[in-house]
Amino acid sequence: MFVAAYWIGRSKATGMRNLATKAQPLHSLPRYYGYQMLIWCAVPAITVFALWMGLESTVLTKLVKLSLPDEIRNLPGGEFNLIINDIKNIAVGNISQSQSDPIRTTAAADYSINLGFSKWARAVVVLVAGLLGAYFGYKRITYSARARIFVEKVIMIFLITCSCLAILTTVGIVLSVLFESLRFFDKVPFSDFAFGLHWSPQTSIRADQVGSSGSFGAVPIFAGTLLISAIAMLVAVPFGLMSAIYLAEYATPRVRAWVKPLLEILAGIPTVVYGFFAALTVAPMIRGFGESIGLSVASESALAAGLVMGIMIIPFVSSLSDDVITAVPQSMRDGSLGLGATKSETIRKVVIPAALPGVVGGILLAVSRAIGETMIVVMAAGLAANLTINPLEAVTTVTVQIVTLLTGDQAFDSPKTLAAFALGLMLFVTTLILNVIALRTVRKYREQYE
Amino acid sequence: MTSNNSDASTNTDTSSASSVTSSLGPLDLEKGQGTKEQSIEEIVASLGDTVGKTRVDNPKMSATGVDVFYADKQAIFGVDLDIANNEVISMIGPSGCGKSTLLRCLNRMNDTIPICKVTGELTLDGEDIYGRDTDPVLLRARVGMVFQKPNPFPKSIYENVAYGPRLHGLSRNKSELDDIVITSLRKAGIFEEVKDRLDAPGTGLSGGQQQRLCIARTIACSPEVILMDEPCSALDPIATAKIEELINELSENYAIAIVTHSMQQAARVSQRTAYFHLGKLVEVGHTADIFTNPRHELTEKYITGRFG
Amino acid sequence: MNHTDPTDSETSDADRSSTDTLGMTRSDTTAKVKASIKKRYARERRFRLYGLIAILSSLSFLAILVFTITKNGLPAFKQTFIQLDVTLDAKTLGLGDEPDQAQLLKANYNGTIKKALLAQFPDVKKRKDKKALYKLISKGGQYDLQRQVMESPDLIGQSKTVWLPAGDDASGYLKGMVDVTIPEKKRRFKDNQIEWIESLKQDNRVAERFNWTFFERGDSREPEMAGIKGALFGSILTLMVTLILSFPIAVASAIYLEEFAPRNKWTDIIEVNINNLAAVPSIVFGLLGLAVFINFFQLPRSAPVVGGLVLSLMTLPTIIISSRAALKSVPPSIRDAALGLGASNLQVVFHHVLPLALPGILTGTIIGMAQALGETAPLLMIGMVAFIVDVPATITDPATVLPVQIFQWADLPEKGFVEKTSAAIMVLLAFLVAMNTFAVILRRKFERKW
Repeated sequence: MFVAAYWIGRSKATGMRNLATKAQPLHSLPRYYGYQMLIWCAVPAITVFALWMGLESTVLTKLVKLSLPDEIRNLPGGEFNLIINDIKNIAVGNISQSQSDPIRTTAAADYSINLGFSKWARAVVVLVAGLLGAYFGYKRITYSARARIFVEKVIMIFLITCSCLAILTTVGIVLSVLFESLRFFDKVPFSDFAFGLHWSPQTSIRADQVGSSGSFGAVPIFAGTLLISAIAMLVAVPFGLMSAIYLAEYATPRVRAWVKPLLEILAGIPTVVYGFFAALTVAPMIRGFGESIGLSVASESALAAGLVMGIMIIPFVSSLSDDVITAVPQSMRDGSLGLGATKSETIRKVVIPAALPGVVGGILLAVSRAIGETMIVVMAAGLAANLTINPLEAVTTVTVQIVTLLTGDQAFDSPKTLAAFALGLMLFVTTLILNVIALRTVRKYREQYE
Repeated sequence: MTSNNSDASTNTDTSSASSVTSSLGPLDLEKGQGTKEQSIEEIVASLGDTVGKTRVDNPKMSATGVDVFYADKQAIFGVDLDIANNEVISMIGPSGCGKSTLLRCLNRMNDTIPICKVTGELTLDGEDIYGRDTDPVLLRARVGMVFQKPNPFPKSIYENVAYGPRLHGLSRNKSELDDIVITSLRKAGIFEEVKDRLDAPGTGLSGGQQQRLCIARTIACSPEVILMDEPCSALDPIATAKIEELINELSENYAIAIVTHSMQQAARVSQRTAYFHLGKLVEVGHTADIFTNPRHELTEKYITGRFG
Repeated sequence: MNHTDPTDSETSDADRSSTDTLGMTRSDTTAKVKASIKKRYARERRFRLYGLIAILSSLSFLAILVFTITKNGLPAFKQTFIQLDVTLDAKTLGLGDEPDQAQLLKANYNGTIKKALLAQFPDVKKRKDKKALYKLISKGGQYDLQRQVMESPDLIGQSKTVWLPAGDDASGYLKGMVDVTIPEKKRRFKDNQIEWIESLKQDNRVAERFNWTFFERGDSREPEMAGIKGALFGSILTLMVTLILSFPIAVASAIYLEEFAPRNKWTDIIEVNINNLAAVPSIVFGLLGLAVFINFFQLPRSAPVVGGLVLSLMTLPTIIISSRAALKSVPPSIRDAALGLGASNLQVVFHHVLPLALPGILTGTIIGMAQALGETAPLLMIGMVAFIVDVPATITDPATVLPVQIFQWADLPEKGFVEKTSAAIMVLLAFLVAMNTFAVILRRKFERKW
């Protein structure tokens, strides 16, 4: 239909162009009239289609609900939803009819009839909308119509909408996380969450325990996150920074051309692979080593997760630092070398101090990544929320808790799942602050040398 | 051709092809304007020995048959030149003539460019500076360098000047270091302007002050030779005048080589002048002679502003 | 004399600095510099060494990781089969005279296999031993048999020689992964089982073939029958959704921001927003997906369409940023030239700038897609972690993706899954390497310096 609209519009305009006179020229190329008509046809059709799809399931469910007997209709929300699901499944044929009771079967029959009707009605309505739009568009093909300007305006609106999507995403994140968190803080006071020392969400499954149990103290989780991130940064910063320095200052272009992509491979490996590596190889190794020197090491020690996370972040730190170090002007190095400094003296006393803001920015970004990293800790760190700074014990992190709390089969509004959103809010806010500071530092640094 | 001490009037390119020789040299100065632009390439193609006196008695540094290559491209062709004690020698010539490259060879700053290769002999006090036993760090402490763009370190003024002495361990204690810093700043003629804010960042000074700070930084290492690579090209006339004055004062104690694009500057500050063209040293002589009575056609053309 | 490599002489000078021939001069600078120079060069060498160590250890981390995974994963590409003479008599199968397809589906193939095994080893009498014997053949073997019988029902009543996949432990033993020096009690694979396998081997009844099962089947609880086809298709569907959504939107917003957007506060906000989104932890996007797409819009859980939505929100910033860089690198002279010919702003962009920037945009897109392919955490949030055997056919079917499959298998205790996990990781890495290589080639081929 859309293609037809385009061709009709275009051919009408082409015909008109052939008849066009100097006094009354065709404003735009025929093509644009085609596009114009296409837009007139497509926009209403697609809008109607989208609206229909959006409302369909709600309306149909309502209809089913009306047809059901009262005793089912008055069931509590969860059970009622189950029944509706059953009915839908029967209608689609996922559950054979013989296994269900007659009420559901008849409801299902109704449902499938309605569904079929809806399909037809949808097609008709969309078609009509499209045709109406196309007719309107067709009428608008005249000599003076500024088709190109119209088309360009529409494209522009599309471009602007797309670029606002980023904002929309952020707003979406903030709203969804904030909204659920507020519901959580309704049930559990914020002070308990932020300052409580005991975390065990499992004890609060029964609704009457919520709030009074005080089991949502997130301090051990934050401490665990910090511990693992700190270990990771202890690995990543020296290794990453020294690699960057070597690559930027000492390595020959040939070595650089080989080593840089290799390090980038390290950055491109999915985190789930690191997690597997940590759980399968590194953790047992550390444990074996610890036991051989008489230390008791938890099998899911913070050290293993932190180490592997550090390895993951090395290329991140090194490529950011590399950019920053190469941005230090050569004249700075010349000045130092010209005074008789050795290369390492130049690097340590001139280049690094000059690059410091940029390096710090990069490290902050890396910290934010370490805090938000999920798979490595899910696979290699523990679940128990221990409040400890001993890297050989198992600790848990914010991301681990979010995953464990949300992958179970909980009702969505239980405090347990809501707690995950509260943790998510904390995570988002922390990383956001780190990112804003880091990006700003790096940008300022760049401007300084541009 | 190790030395070229003979008087230039008898020295018209003995080694180059005779057919071209006739079209150049000091005798052809009065050639017509119309054919001049084309003939420059011809002249360059046949450039031979340097005109003028390349050697001095008791040189501080001297270059003999120096060739410099960037990868496959040769930037300097067999240059001979001496730098005398307590004297300013200026190097002039059109862009890309190799004067900065030669300057950077004198304290091995070209080592920082991996594709750069230097052959020939360069000596400091008679010792080969590219010799196997020569240490570039020591060399650069003895042969300081001031760069085209002022490049103070992002540190305080004090730290900028103290950087070199600290590296080399020139002071035994804080008060000795203070002395070095203050003396250097004084010698560089900037002390009065900054004495109240030695802790302020060096990058906060004006361009001319920054350049003088860089000079102070260089002399804080008490070098024997100071190399200056167009030190005033980024500065305004007033700052330039100050630096020139400073160069005059410094020449009492140091051997100074300065690359400049400004012929007036060369005339003002230097005792000897060397004119380079496309990697070749065309003419050397007393500054007054070069500017009033150039002997080589190219020098004459450059000085009178007909190209470059 | 030739000094071809100045940097070389710089370092080698250190040792000889004491015998420096520059000699003592009138200035005492020389003496003072010489006093400390040995130490300074030692420090220089040390510093350089640290850099080298940092790089080498980062690279060796990479090597160890790849080596471990490959070592564990390679055996999974081989599958061991055991040849048995099965008698497909109707009685053992529990079939009547004229079995229909439904009956054939439910027939007792397992019993047939057991019988064949007992026929092969008539001495096995004890219950415990029998059980151990049955374990030689995979539980999936019956499905192979079932398929063969259902394809040609006239096999019933005949004897047939078939190759059946070996059980988990047996194939582990045949691949040489069972350490026979361990005392029997601590071993899962017992002495009598080894004896049987060896005798089968002597009869040439054991064979090793390329493991097509791994690519042709979905998930399974039996390691030897588990395959990645389901996950692979899930990944492909998810990536398709991601690509279709994120590519046009990202390019559109990059065009707007780079070419048309006025420099004002609003575009500044959008820009900061995009940069921040690029650094938001991926799990937060998962929370967004859970709250918005699943709870609010009621989209199906575990479906590639939701996964694709979440991943495209996640990859948008990456693609936008690289697209903008690509657009920026097109010189303004081309824009001016086209504008000078009377093209409208949009025509300039779509006819001239975009085609020139396309290689760069595509490179960024591929890198974004590679990122999305390896992403796990947000998909856990939207329920793609369920145990799904079937291969998904549409974007609304429940599905899992490759990295999530890896995560699931990594958690399973059976030894066979370690090799499966590693093999799945190898497949995933192969895809990533292919995508990145393609991106690099694209960049190299179309890279233009203006």
